Amino acid sequence: MTVRILFFASLRERAGRKEMSLEVEPGTTAATLLDRLRRDVPAMAGAGRISLAVNEEYCEPDQTLHDGDEIALIPPVSGGR
Amino acid sequence: MIRLTDEPIRIDDLMSATADPAAGATVVFVGMTRDNNEGRSVERLEYEAYPGMAEKELERIAEEASQRWPIARVAIVHRTGVVPIGEASVAIAASSGHRGDAFDAARFTIDRLKEVVPIWKKEFFEGGAVWIGDQKGEEGVWKNEGGDAPSE
Repeated sequence: MTVRILFFASLRERAGRKEMSLEVEPGTTAATLLDRLRRDVPAMAGAGRISLAVNEEYCEPDQTLHDGDEIALIPPVSGGR
Repeated sequence: MIRLTDEPIRIDDLMSATADPAAGATVVFVGMTRDNNEGRSVERLEYEAYPGMAEKELERIAEEASQRWPIARVAIVHRTGVVPIGEASVAIAASSGHRGDAFDAARFTIDRLKEVVPIWKKEFFEGGAVWIGDQKGEEGVWKNEGGDAPSE
């Protein structure tokens, strides 16, 4: 099955693109996907804290992904005091 | 009113959106681009949003604020793209019967926004640029801790 990965901010700049499609095994979880991305995508090397959103909602690590899901990699948001 | 815009924010719009005959107080918070940060001379900020999700999260915060305090109305506008020094990047208005609730709700709204809404800030300063990120771990938001903090 295929999922769509969205990159933002520092990750988008490192990757040099806004999104990519990725073939994953059925049953893949968010945590598994993130581990794979950290391993396989050069832009992710050295990236720090990342949250994932599936279809515009923050997700838990054990959430199972489905065909066509839109997965956003979310680096730390804007902060400020 | 929940809105992302690449135009300058007009505070009057937020005042109109939160106007209510039952409201005796409106608190407006405006976050602006500052010309300095951590000893750096800042030239401008640039904001990037994940549009659909950012709006959903803003709606959720406004809803939560209105459940926690007896608020008449909440308005949130966040600017994206380049925001020059002295201009507003975010504005929040909360109207309520009395000022205490309006202050509390506005404070809650900006604090929560900074924690969970997928909007990122890039600071352009004299001699470089950096993505700012100091999001703390929040219940309900999954953080996969790994590797070092981003450094650019």
